[in-house]
Amino acid sequence: MQGHQEVDFSKKLDLSLWKRLYHIAKPFHKNMLLLMIANALLAGTDVIFPRLTGYAIDTFIVNSTSEGIGGFIAIYLGMVVLQVGCIGVFLLLASKIEIGISYLIRKLGFQKLQELPFSYYDRMPVGFLLSRLTTDTQRLADTLGWTVLDLMWGFFYLIFCSVQMLFLNWRLAIMVLLVVPPLAFISVFFQRRILKAHRETRKTHSKITGAFNEGIMGAKTTKTLACEEENIEEFTELTASMRKSAVRASSLSALFLSIVVSVGSIATAYALYKGGLDVMALPAGLTLGALQVFITYSMQLFDPIKEIARTLAEMQNAQAAGERVLSLLATEADIEDTPEVVEIFGDNFHPKKENWPELHGDIVFEDVSFQYKDGEKVLDHFSLTVKAGESIALVGETGSGKSTIINLICRFYEPTSGRILIDGVDYKERSLLWLQSHLGYVLQQPHMFSGTIRENICYGRPEATDEEVVRAAKLANAHDFISKLTIGYDTEVGEGGSLLSSGEKQLVSFARAILVDPALFILDEATSSVDTHSEALIQQAITGILEGRTSFMVAHRLSTVRQADRILVISDGKIIEEGNHDQLIVKQGYYYDLYTGQFEDEQGQAVLSSVMA
Amino acid sequence: MKTNFRALWLLAKENYKLYLAALLCTVATVTIGFMTPLIFSETIDVVLSNGPSSMPAWAKAPVLALGGREFLRQNYWIIPLVLIAINILNGFLSYYKEICTTRAGETVAKTLRDRIYRQLTYLPFAYHVRAETGDLIQRSTSDVETIRRFLSSQVIEAFRAIIMAVIAFTILFGRNVELAFYSMILIPVMFIASYTFFTINTKNFKKTDESEGKMSAVLQENLTGVRVVRAFGMQQSEVEKFDTVSSDFRQKAFKQMKYLTAYWTSMDGVTMLQIMITLIACIFKAVKGEITVGTLIVFTSYISMLLYPLRQLGRILSEAGKSLVALGRITEIMDEKAEGKEAGEVTPLLNGDIVFDHVSFGYEDGTKILDDFCMTIPTGKTVALLGNTGSGKSTIVHLLQRLFAPDTGTITIGGVDIQTIDRAYLRSHVGLMLQEPFLYGRTVMGNLAIAAPKKSEPEIFEMSRVAHADGFIREFENGYETIIGERGVTLSGGQRQRVAIARTLLKENNILVFDDSLSAVDMQTDRAIRDELKTNRGGVTTIIISHRINTLAEADRIFVLENGKLTAEGTHKELTGRAGLYQQIFAIQSALEDDLNKSRDAVAKEESKCKDTKK
Repeated sequence: MQGHQEVDFSKKLDLSLWKRLYHIAKPFHKNMLLLMIANALLAGTDVIFPRLTGYAIDTFIVNSTSEGIGGFIAIYLGMVVLQVGCIGVFLLLASKIEIGISYLIRKLGFQKLQELPFSYYDRMPVGFLLSRLTTDTQRLADTLGWTVLDLMWGFFYLIFCSVQMLFLNWRLAIMVLLVVPPLAFISVFFQRRILKAHRETRKTHSKITGAFNEGIMGAKTTKTLACEEENIEEFTELTASMRKSAVRASSLSALFLSIVVSVGSIATAYALYKGGLDVMALPAGLTLGALQVFITYSMQLFDPIKEIARTLAEMQNAQAAGERVLSLLATEADIEDTPEVVEIFGDNFHPKKENWPELHGDIVFEDVSFQYKDGEKVLDHFSLTVKAGESIALVGETGSGKSTIINLICRFYEPTSGRILIDGVDYKERSLLWLQSHLGYVLQQPHMFSGTIRENICYGRPEATDEEVVRAAKLANAHDFISKLTIGYDTEVGEGGSLLSSGEKQLVSFARAILVDPALFILDEATSSVDTHSEALIQQAITGILEGRTSFMVAHRLSTVRQADRILVISDGKIIEEGNHDQLIVKQGYYYDLYTGQFEDEQGQAVLSSVMA
Repeated sequence: MKTNFRALWLLAKENYKLYLAALLCTVATVTIGFMTPLIFSETIDVVLSNGPSSMPAWAKAPVLALGGREFLRQNYWIIPLVLIAINILNGFLSYYKEICTTRAGETVAKTLRDRIYRQLTYLPFAYHVRAETGDLIQRSTSDVETIRRFLSSQVIEAFRAIIMAVIAFTILFGRNVELAFYSMILIPVMFIASYTFFTINTKNFKKTDESEGKMSAVLQENLTGVRVVRAFGMQQSEVEKFDTVSSDFRQKAFKQMKYLTAYWTSMDGVTMLQIMITLIACIFKAVKGEITVGTLIVFTSYISMLLYPLRQLGRILSEAGKSLVALGRITEIMDEKAEGKEAGEVTPLLNGDIVFDHVSFGYEDGTKILDDFCMTIPTGKTVALLGNTGSGKSTIVHLLQRLFAPDTGTITIGGVDIQTIDRAYLRSHVGLMLQEPFLYGRTVMGNLAIAAPKKSEPEIFEMSRVAHADGFIREFENGYETIIGERGVTLSGGQRQRVAIARTLLKENNILVFDDSLSAVDMQTDRAIRDELKTNRGGVTTIIISHRINTLAEADRIFVLENGKLTAEGTHKELTGRAGLYQQIFAIQSALEDDLNKSRDAVAKEESKCKDTKK
């Protein structure tokens, strides 16, 4: 995971990326076209208003007559209505596109994430995956909805404005428009830097959030070490650099505006000068109203240029987010059912359960080798035969390969070479969903979904009846604590199950596994993070649950392990000891050492918590 | 509310110089910004049309001295040049204004953040035991951000809007009172509408935020629970679940956008109507000859410049309410009593016996932890504490660092009551290792050096070796420079404990306390670390909380606690002879022997059975 860095600013504008995005946004193409039209109309009305003022000056004021002013008011009002209408339409369209596209990308992304293999999850921390579908998607959709809109408005306005000026007085217009290239150059130069500076500020800001987080979480330790002042000093440095980068970012924007206003005023001054001379000339080369129009345009010319420069910079910024999102959507799942298998058994989203054979639970590892994507070899020509109904415990150090064996059985990974047979058939010839629907799986850190206890127990079988839920809970020894709660099974577990103790969560997750009545039971260090009282309850439950099912357990607590029919001690991907508890004790090998070492800890804790308070 | 206002005011007042500078710059830029339309006005009216000037006498004087209208017509180039000069000056001033305002706002934010962080750091241990970390983090980040936005950008924006309005209307009323009235006719409408809109719609915005939060939560749960999802084959139902929350968010977000669209469009409509009213009124007046074309230009440009900032004013006012609430939540933290230096605190040599003399302690909610507890720990010795869950053994060592204060009774070290000893001094000389130590999100080296910044690298390596941490640290790709925590490598419980031990050993300790701080380390390593300590400790008084019999047996003296009371005290030999908790713990060893023998018997039986059947 180390060195996993998010790139957040692309060097160049990558048109092919935007083309691909444009393709994804296909359902919104009609809206985009409408948006473009509303936009053009809006820029058009923006350009018309100064001309109306100019017309009023030349027609009414210079001639001192109010004749026809009724018509003028009507037209002006009409333009106001048109512009307000355009604004309304484009706001609605742009937000529709933005919100619709982000919904679409999220949907596609989420579906993709349900199919991607665990090897993908191993490489990607959850935080990164989360931000793909939250902030990255949001930024991308914002860009497609709004930024592109601003870009188009800028171009339309610039074009309409130039046309109007050329129409009024092309000589003056060309001179005034000469200021556009330098303004464009300055804008492009600054906008990227400004955006970067703001990004820097945001980064420092999130560091401050992190520091607060740490300061609060670590407050107790900080006290015991008496290092308050060191921490405070470090924090002060952080806030100082925050102030510095914020001031830098805003001074950069301010500098940009100042330069641009100064340079832009040259065009205005020129319009005032040359236009003024023309007005004074005999016969006048320019009306007073036209002069007013020129001055207004020359002052507003800078707006669209700034917008264009800003949007281009933002598109560069969003590009990195776009690349990340697109790469998620384009990732190929490498554990997939073959078309032939899908044909018979259906896929993850449309299973054909009527064709599924029963699962008995004979499992054979046939010369299985496995290595991770990064090349680390975990299993090397590993063979194992497990009879249906047998319970197997896997013991060994972290990294010995015991978790890999579990992952292979669940088909979270597939063997690099060799075969795994379930009931005598290579499991690749059955569908993923078939196998996984027959699994009862309990994790070391029990995972709860927000919702009620009932919903969590029903997770694998939403259609289960209340009696079935209660029966499962009773089997898992969870019923007692649940019925003590005021609203029992309808109690909310809180986000991540935060309202339950870890022992209670574990009992619920056992009930969840029992409810699906699995042929294969997997306990992945299921008792190691549980208090002694819950552990005893679980212990009791396990004995009943495993009866008649094939089961695999990876366990830390040896009181759980000793009940297994067969214990395998794994080291470096090989079985170094094998047998039941008693046999391995007599052997006085690795298992013996492990057992005697832990016996004291486990029993000691049991004694200390048994003293009645 | 009133006190919150006061707190806000005090915070701003401390930086009044920065705010004053920002204010002056704002006044200057606004004034200069208003000059450009005036120049156009005068040029068109006087220079180009030979009409009357609208400027006050003092402003006209220098031009008249040069030769008035004729001079300007002859030297027309002067006017554009003045325009450029004014814009450049405006550029400079705006630049300074921006820097001043940002600095003022950010300085206030910095002060606020620094103060909260300091307060949080020095709040007593008991506060942090009770505190909900999520809520505290929320307050110190998003609440502070709300206040920062208010003090740094919103206040200044509001000021600017007000200054602009005051200057603009002074000029406009000076030109034509009637027109000035027409020009502000819709402004109250805008102001009230925007205030009401943002006040009322806060709830809707909140709903959208909540909906988004729900969507993220489902996404997060799916990602962290990916194994469960797959193992139960629930991909399809997960996709449906996500689609429900994601659609809900889409719908709420779009509804919010509809409200905003309605608001923005109607506000734009009102703004344009106001401009139109001004323009038409001006045209009528100008046709009658009551005002000049220049005045028309001044009116229309000023009104366009003003309307947007005034619109924002309503919004800012509605947000001020939020800032006050946020400030209230922060004031709650700041009003808590923090630890500090007290007068007359001493820094004695901490090398005498440690005596707990009739100490009682309970939490605020009334639960009694220690009840009339007495204990003497001889200096330089190693003692062990054994106690049941909730016996108060951790409280005892926490009291020793003044993390809590006893309700009654005294704790003395070498005869000095520790309540009179300077906290920082006491804590830096009593090395306390917690069972679940916190490691900071920085390098291993940074974590080790935090409490002892003066130690040299070899010393740090040596203490890591003593704590059996050196080996695994060096196995990391970046060794001691490896970053640990969320952004880096995750350590196992045992590894964390070992780093924490090394970190504490690096301090100048007179007393060492292990609060079950080897619990996640396996037996062999535990033993090895204790052996290392024995040779390295050099006469430091050591207190160990443990239930491992080997650890207990090696102590010079063992104290057995049950439910806040000392129930037994003595050496290993003495205590094994007495019925009680200690004996129960000791009995585990023989229980293990029994357990092993059972296994041996079972296997023997099995084998003889095999032989029998073979026979």
